[in-house]
This record gives sequence, structure tokens and C-alpha cells, in this order.
Amino acid sequence: MRGMEPTRPVRVERDPAVGAGDLWARPDESGSGSFVGGLVRHLSVYAALWRNSVTREMSFKSNFLLWILVELLWFGLQLSFMGVLFLHAESIAGWTRWQGVLLVGASHFIQQIFQAFFLVNCTQLSELIRTGRFDFMLLLPVNTRFLVSLRQVDLGGFVNAGSALGVMGYALHRMGVVPSGMQVAGFAVLVVAGISVHYSLMFLLSTVSFWAVKAQGIVWGYYNLFQIARMPDAAFKGGFRVVFTYVIPMLLVSNLPTRVLAGMLVRPWDWVAFLGLAVLAAVVSEAVWRFSVRRYSSASS
Amino acid sequence: MGTYLQVFSIGIQNTLVYRVNFLFRAAFGLIPLAATLQVWRALYGGKPAGDLVSGYTLAEMTTYYLVVTVVDALTAVNEDDWQIAAEIKDGMVSQFLVKPIDYLGYRLTLFLAGRVTYTSVAVLPVACFGVWLRDSVVLPVDVPGLLLGGLSVMMTGLLQFLLSYTMALLAFWVAEVSTLIFILFAFEYIASGHLFPLNVLPGWIEWLLRLTPFPYQMYFPATVLMGKVRGPELWGGLAMQAAWVGTAFLLARWVWRRGVRRYSAVGG
Repeated sequence: MRGMEPTRPVRVERDPAVGAGDLWARPDESGSGSFVGGLVRHLSVYAALWRNSVTREMSFKSNFLLWILVELLWFGLQLSFMGVLFLHAESIAGWTRWQGVLLVGASHFIQQIFQAFFLVNCTQLSELIRTGRFDFMLLLPVNTRFLVSLRQVDLGGFVNAGSALGVMGYALHRMGVVPSGMQVAGFAVLVVAGISVHYSLMFLLSTVSFWAVKAQGIVWGYYNLFQIARMPDAAFKGGFRVVFTYVIPMLLVSNLPTRVLAGMLVRPWDWVAFLGLAVLAAVVSEAVWRFSVRRYSSASS
Repeated sequence: MGTYLQVFSIGIQNTLVYRVNFLFRAAFGLIPLAATLQVWRALYGGKPAGDLVSGYTLAEMTTYYLVVTVVDALTAVNEDDWQIAAEIKDGMVSQFLVKPIDYLGYRLTLFLAGRVTYTSVAVLPVACFGVWLRDSVVLPVDVPGLLLGGLSVMMTGLLQFLLSYTMALLAFWVAEVSTLIFILFAFEYIASGHLFPLNVLPGWIEWLLRLTPFPYQMYFPATVLMGKVRGPELWGGLAMQAAWVGTAFLLARWVWRRGVRRYSAVGG
């Protein structure tokens, strides 16, 4: 994934083995049918997936640490871009230097949490379908979308999210802002909504792999757009702003939580639009997923 | 020579398979670029009219990013380093040790073929982007500058390739080179002038960077093409760039010899 994308690079899949043994064990001990039983079962499956991911990361320890270093470098790169811009201006479209740094931090935080849970899994769907392993997953006694979306946890993402929090804390300190409990809660809600939007949209794009063999390019194309999220929203005008606010809400996903946390001006309408888009994206992505799985007729047989 | 022509033609055919991928990549890459340009525009907008940033007008800044996009399409290493590392890991290089073909020459030919394909696909979206920006860029009209810029771009391509090639050869020693490649790439990305022209940095950082090969991987050819570098600075820069290409070549040869001595053809 290099070439013209001015984005930070992304780790390549190293060990695609899913702990199938774990999944087959005790398929239905907590009683099928009931919602709570299903939830408990899925949670125990997810715990197994976590154990798997930890084991995998720990068997390549130096590699795990090097990836964290790579992420740190790219985070530093984004921060230095913001720093360079503010070498030449006191404010950009009404944003001050430390507000800009807070924005880059928040953007990195959201991106890393998203990456920890979903990114690798979303990009792998097309590979699962191409190799026929998806058929096997359809047979497992768990929700297929759950399994496809959460198979691997990228633990480094949490470490990097921690470094982003550190930068955000420092930026708030430099601004002399101490967010209230309400502001932090609002930030948390918006972060969850933002991750949900990213997940819904990227998963929606990855379902294209049911029809096209090389769908990974599209998924990475979406990932490319994350770069827009760390730019101050007020710098944008016209069609670009409308599209990336109300269609692909890249200009809301980090800007809005940053504004809430820093006590900057927030239009109530943006809350409505963003949370509405989060719900809409989730509904559409689930509908398309169901439609695709119903139409699916295996790649290998 | 005939051998390499064959390799070139195979390289073209292999990369043509990815033409749609390339098109998407080139087109998608322009969206964040458009965003960056709008942020610069906002930055200039907050200043008194006619105020410069490190001697650049907004039009020149915009032009810089456009030229970077073009130079990047022409010279960026795409999958070459991954492929080289994989060939070493899987023992595929064994065949090149017995065949009458030079591995560096072989990979360089494939790199050129990849660039030809990529550029011919990317030219469409990039040209559209350029037309869209036509009122906010200043096109260089200085013919000698363009010619020497072309020369500099060629050396940039060689430098990019040779450095990536050498990094990929580390696969002779370590199993997982991708992290190392990404770490170098991060430095290249900022220090070569991809993210912003280096003259917007504080003077002493720019001065330090000029001692490294990084500016010759982007900033130097881009500013030559823009006609920003002239006279002794131009000739000195070209000489330095050539010296870096030569150094990188010798380094690549040396690492290859050491690597082959260690090589045990696992799985080959």
C-alpha cells in the first residue's frame, strides 16, 4: 500500500489462523434461543478470539513492538505537519495551534481504536471469500458477521491510542482547558459513534467482495480518507465540505468530538446529523450484508 | 539487452493486470491532497493579501503539491520491495544466482515497467485534477529547468529504487522486513518533502536535511521542475544527487554480496 497515498502505512496480515478449535468447543452449552444465552456465548467466543490475538502478538514480540514504533512515527509525522502549518500562521480558519494538535490527537485516537477492533478484519473479508474459508465460517454456530468483523484484535492499536490520549491531554493543558464531566461524556459518545460509522461504511464497502475478487482496493481507498478527518473543518468550503460532512462524515468524525472536548462552538445540528448518520450507516450496512450473504454461492464450489 | 527487454515486457504485462487498482489508487490519493490544499488555502486566507509563506505564494504552494504528485507517480516504489523480500524469504532468488542475469538489473527493469504502467494510468486522474486547479497553479515555462528537472526526476527514481532494494535485501538477515521498510518510509515521507516543501521548516532543520539523501528523493527534483533552483545551486544539487545515486548503487551491490554469502536458500 504505497505509492501516491500520503497515508500512514498499515500492517500486513501475518497470521490469518483463526482459532477454529476454540470456536467448535462447547458449541451451545448456554442454551440456544434466548437472547442472553446467545450474548453470553458470543462473549465467550470473543474472549477466545482475544486470547488467540494475544498469543499471536506475543509470539512475534519484537515485531509487535516495531509496529508500535512505526505507528508512533506516523503520529509524529501528522503532528509535525500541524506544527509546521502553525509556524506560519497564528490561526487557521479560526483554529489555534493547540486546538489543531488536539484534533490530530483525537483523530489518531479514534483511528487507532477502530484499527484495534475492525480494520484488519474488514480488509480480510475478500481474502476469506476468495480462498473459500468464508464457507467454513458460515457453518460455525455463531453469527457470521460477528465472527468476520471481530476475528482479530490488533493489540498495538490500544497502545497507540494511549499515546494519542497523552498528546490530547497535553494539548488541553496548553490551552488551559479542563473539560467537564459532560464534555468528556459527550466526547466518549461521539468517539463510539465515529468508530461505528467507520466500521459500518468500511464493512459495507468490503461486502463488494461478494461480487468482485479484488475488493481490497476499495476498502483501502476508504481508509485513505481518514486523512481528511484530522484537518480543521472550517478550512473547507462548498461541495467538498458537504460531501465529507453529510455523506461520508469525515469532517465530523474527529472535528466534532474535538470541539466538544475543547469547548469550541458546536452546532446542535451537527450532533443530530452525525448520530443520525451513524444509525443510518449501521442499518444500511446490515441490510446489504444480509442481502449479500443470501445471494452468496461460494467461490470454490 | 534483449533479456532485459523481455523482462520489461513481462513486467508491463504483469502490472497491467492491476490497471483498475492503479486508477482507483491514483484517484483516491487525490482526495486527501485536495483537503491538504484547502487547509493551505485557509492558512493563506488568514494572512494579509500577498503575504508569502517561506517565499511561496499560494499558487506556488499548490503547484508544489501538484508537481510532487507527478514526481511521485513517476518514481515511487510500489510493491517492488515486498516482492524482493518475499523472493528472498521463499528461496526464489536461487534461480538468479545460476542464471546469466543480474538480479539488480532484473528488479530495476521490473521497477521501470511498473512505473510506466502506473504513470500511464495515473495520468488521467492527475490531469483532471490539474485542469481543475488550473487557475490556482503557476506552470513552469523555463525549458532548461524542465529538462534538468527531468534528469533530476530520473535520478530520483534510481535513488528511490536503490534504497528500497537495499532495504528489501535485509530479508537475508531478518525474517520480517516490513517494519524496517515502513520506518525508513516514514522518514522519507517527511524529510523528502512529500508532506510539505522543506523550505517551510526552520532554516537549521532544512540545512541538516540537505546533508541527507532525503531531499533528493522529492524536494529537489520538484523545486527544479518549478524553476525555483537556479545557477550554482542547481548544478551543485544535481552533482550531489548523482553522488547519492552512486553511493546507493555501491551500497546495494555490497549488501547483495554480503547477503548472498549468508543465503541458505530456504525452501528454494
